[in-house]
Amino acid sequence: MHELAITEGVIDAVTGRLPGARITCVRLEIGALSGVVADSVRFCFDLVTEGTDLQGARLEITEPAGRCKCRICGSEFEPDGPILLCPCGSPDISVLTGQDLKITSVMVA
Amino acid sequence: MQLLPASHNHHGSHGHAAGHSHEPGHEHGQGHDDAGHIHIRGPAVSGRTVILQQKVLAKNDELAQRSREWLRSRGVLAVNLMSSPGAGKTTLLERTARELAGKLSLSVIEGDQETALDGRRIQAAGAAVVQINTGAGCHLDAAMVAEGLRALDPPSGAIVVIENVGNLVCPALFDLGEEAKVVISSVTEGDDKPVKYPNMFRQADLVLVNKIDLLPYVDFDVRSHAAELRRVSPGALMVQLSATTGQGIQTWYDWLRRRAPAPHE
Repeated sequence: MHELAITEGVIDAVTGRLPGARITCVRLEIGALSGVVADSVRFCFDLVTEGTDLQGARLEITEPAGRCKCRICGSEFEPDGPILLCPCGSPDISVLTGQDLKITSVMVA
Repeated sequence: MQLLPASHNHHGSHGHAAGHSHEPGHEHGQGHDDAGHIHIRGPAVSGRTVILQQKVLAKNDELAQRSREWLRSRGVLAVNLMSSPGAGKTTLLERTARELAGKLSLSVIEGDQETALDGRRIQAAGAAVVQINTGAGCHLDAAMVAEGLRALDPPSGAIVVIENVGNLVCPALFDLGEEAKVVISSVTEGDDKPVKYPNMFRQADLVLVNKIDLLPYVDFDVRSHAAELRRVSPGALMVQLSATTGQGIQTWYDWLRRRAPAPHE
């Protein structure tokens, strides 16, 4: 359950950047290939924000799909699940997008 | 979530771990867009938007990079050793510390949820050890390791093995400042571990298949494990060994020796 540490990281990052601000909304981007489960972050969010400047804040999560490029046949594809196989069968791929785990923006009261 | 009916063979179907299991009560805000699903919860809010565009793990990654630079400047190699609980991380390090004593300076940062039992085992085998207890935590992070490195104070030319908490999921996300990631698979586990935990195996530089002395008694197919590993990490090196009998262990020692930095003058 690394999502607990991840969610605590969100609170640390926001309060570090905006000390003392009343945060009313947090927007996260959790890429499909980031290894983080959005539902678990959602589950942890209310628990770890309690008593912080983020308490009661709304949580918005976007989950961009993954995008990979095959080093063998050169085609770009959206992986079907966490096993990153090109439709040509090659596992030799590079990940273009979908690994990001970031706080895109917040709203301040 | 994926329901697999009992009578069907769903080989090749994929799980939905990174997907969207919509429980009742989840409000779907703006529906779908090109960036993927948007999930919203909580009341409508007003206020001023502040753009952050900040990686959640930025603090960890920055600390890890600082450790990496510190290690390089000292001429110390750090290896992040990961596996499920019971795969043989500590047994491997005990044997390594004993057999390479006097040939290689080995230090260990030992991560466990609780107790100093493993740290003591490795200390008894002759290596310098720092034991870190993560308490509720399921992984080591860069701050814990940075503190461990300061306490260890490894000499130039040393190898520091960071024995992560036994877990094939969470440690995959946290950069600790290491130069290489080593994952142990043991033959008492399934040979399909690489595809079940792709995030972990994808990053491995070296995969050690441990407990091969037990191969006659278990259902583990080494060739199938190798094929599954190639599917998630075509570049990873796979070595078969037994940390208990010492079979195949020389290849692990050679791998370490090749990477050991030359001590600074």
